[in-house]
Amino acid sequence: MREKLNSIDHFEALQDRLVSEWDRDVPTIVIPAGTCGRAAGADELIHATQQEITSRKLDGRIRLRITGCHGLCEMEPCVLIEPEGTIYPKIDPTEMARIVEAVARGEVLEDLLSQDPETGARIQKQKDLPFLKKQVRTILGRNEMLDPMRIEDYVRSGGYSAMAKVLARGAPAAVVEDVKASGLRGRGGAGFPTGRKWELLAKQPSDGGKFLVCNADEGDPGAYMDRSVLEGNPHSIVEGMIIGAYGTGATEGVIYVRNEYPLAVEHADIALQQARELGLLGEHILGTDFCFDISLVRGAGAFVCGEETALIRSIEGKIGEPRQRPPFPVEKGIDNKPTAINNVETWANIPIIIAQGAQQFAEIGTANNSGTKVFSLVGKIRNTGLVEVPMGTTIREIVHDIGGGPAGNARIKAVQTGGPSGGCIPAEMFDLPIDYDSLVEAGSIMGSGGMIVMDEDTCMVDVARYFMNFLKDESCGKCFTCRKGTQRMYEILDDIAKGSGTLEQLDLLEELAHVVKDTAMCGLGQTAPNPVLSTLRYFRDEYVEHIRKRRCPAGVCKELITYSINENCVGCQACVRACPVGAVKGREKEQHSIDAEKCIKCGLCRNVCKFEAVDVT
Amino acid sequence: MEERLTSILSSYKANRDELIPILQQVQEEFGYLPQQAMLDIAQFIGVPESQVYAVATFYAQFRFTPIGRTHVTVCRGTACHVRGAPRILEEVERQLGIKEGETTPDLEYSLETVACIGCCGLSPCIVVNAKVEAKMTPRKVAAIFAKGDETS
Repeated sequence: MREKLNSIDHFEALQDRLVSEWDRDVPTIVIPAGTCGRAAGADELIHATQQEITSRKLDGRIRLRITGCHGLCEMEPCVLIEPEGTIYPKIDPTEMARIVEAVARGEVLEDLLSQDPETGARIQKQKDLPFLKKQVRTILGRNEMLDPMRIEDYVRSGGYSAMAKVLARGAPAAVVEDVKASGLRGRGGAGFPTGRKWELLAKQPSDGGKFLVCNADEGDPGAYMDRSVLEGNPHSIVEGMIIGAYGTGATEGVIYVRNEYPLAVEHADIALQQARELGLLGEHILGTDFCFDISLVRGAGAFVCGEETALIRSIEGKIGEPRQRPPFPVEKGIDNKPTAINNVETWANIPIIIAQGAQQFAEIGTANNSGTKVFSLVGKIRNTGLVEVPMGTTIREIVHDIGGGPAGNARIKAVQTGGPSGGCIPAEMFDLPIDYDSLVEAGSIMGSGGMIVMDEDTCMVDVARYFMNFLKDESCGKCFTCRKGTQRMYEILDDIAKGSGTLEQLDLLEELAHVVKDTAMCGLGQTAPNPVLSTLRYFRDEYVEHIRKRRCPAGVCKELITYSINENCVGCQACVRACPVGAVKGREKEQHSIDAEKCIKCGLCRNVCKFEAVDVT
Repeated sequence: MEERLTSILSSYKANRDELIPILQQVQEEFGYLPQQAMLDIAQFIGVPESQVYAVATFYAQFRFTPIGRTHVTVCRGTACHVRGAPRILEEVERQLGIKEGETTPDLEYSLETVACIGCCGLSPCIVVNAKVEAKMTPRKVAAIFAKGDETS
């Protein structure tokens, strides 16, 4: 149990003590163990490291820090050595003995370092990785500094100072002014100015209480920025919300987090408990008159609950069906009390704005789009991971300079942003500087920051069908046009993907898309046609090819492709063994063949072939 | 069952906004929402049974049939999709002999899909009893379930 801090002085004394007791020069092995890290084997690395440190009697001489996700997904599981900043990517647990030994001696293991893909030169320091060079990691950069389950780590690295500063200053209205001056726009997708939202909340009568909500219902498939912040630095969210409550007069807070993120739920829960223990949350925060507490609500799996009125209903224990606005949640939200909802990344920006000053924050990015934005760069890209860049960075810089270009041999043809509400932006437009407004103009949206790279092996009709399948399932059903419109659009897309579509259907699809956009009540329905409209706008050829030639140029749509074996085949029998239905025939050392009648087009033969002998046409 | 349910309900105040947390905890305890439990929850909170059922069926998380000892979830996120999730799902279905949403008759395996688990950097992924398996290929799927057979 931690000792409760009763004053701001008390807090500052604790922070000073934590900083002064911290010896920066003690060699530290940092292992990121967020959801991706663990999936890649971080737990085994941690276990091996602990064993090595103990068996070599190095306890106290070498520190081990287990952190959340650093966003270097492609390199997981990786190990970072402080204070030098040496990074070892893709480490096998059996290597930990050597690494611990090298750390103890202050040496670097050249053979385990990553290599520059162009020159082959070894890269020792994390900051020199091509993936990180163009990034400005104001938010993500803090994940590696702390163990998310220890509030002391956060406090030592400057955490809760912004909150203490605001409490010491004692002028709530100034907080709202700071956020307004920073130009911060909501990172959840729509980009509404956060300061203005707070100003509206602050003006509401406070007799019955007011709510602040952190929307951590990161529902866009392909986006995981919020997960990594909540897992890796939950206190930054808690601190942001406390500052927000002080500025707006909110009395209760809710973190609404997806249940599909068990680690984020766990870390947020621990963070709240620890903040309460220290007296940073609850009654009379740091001995002042200011009271505010936060509860954790787990979502139950409904995409529509990212919409704020649906989210409110879900918090109230009802089905997550959106309602008409106005009244806006800021007037009538949870239990009809004034409620302001901001996304995880928005909250994470608040302590930064207060700590460095609104002016400095506003200097990053572009005129109407200040600050940085975190993107999850995934799909057909070499360096997958989380990317944090100033607003206004071009797609090309993100995809090619940071992402390192395509993952395989196929050329990149588009990026998809904004999740199911967003759209696909073609490679010809990669010089587009990314901000809220430019993406809308291009027919997509910022969304929460998912960026899925697609190459020539990705079929755009299939992508549109994929999103529409998702949206028809997730439509709450309240508005007829959304409920039936998404269903019907899916059916048309399915027809086209199966080769039974017609050009008339294509016109109908487009018309339907516009009707749904114009008539649905909530954001889900209004944006649901985006995946269709944007692919039709930029990749109409692919639709036409599916319809006219009954052909899928990317080789994805099963009904339109056939597998065959070419003369590269050496007759190794690998595909014969792999085929689950016995469709591949052929003797050893003779060219094999595929029985088209039997073939279920699962692609296993192509996966196992080492000689590029399996064609898809 | 009654005892386990009573013990769960005893930690709640019977407020309306506790409905979803209660359903979540009950499902964690039983693996699904037994019909009797939903009736009891309705009575506990004081709402019509239809409302409990409405909420439980609205959210993707809740299920109404028992799950297998090994619960497999295939991620269908966008990154997983473009990197071959449909083939992974097919392979899992073939290996287990059940379709998405089903459980094997011996209650050994159950199979579900999920919108996204947020492990997109290592796609495609599946989750086997809370453990995330990354960068899946149809071959790795076969290997995982073959291994499972040996140990069981």
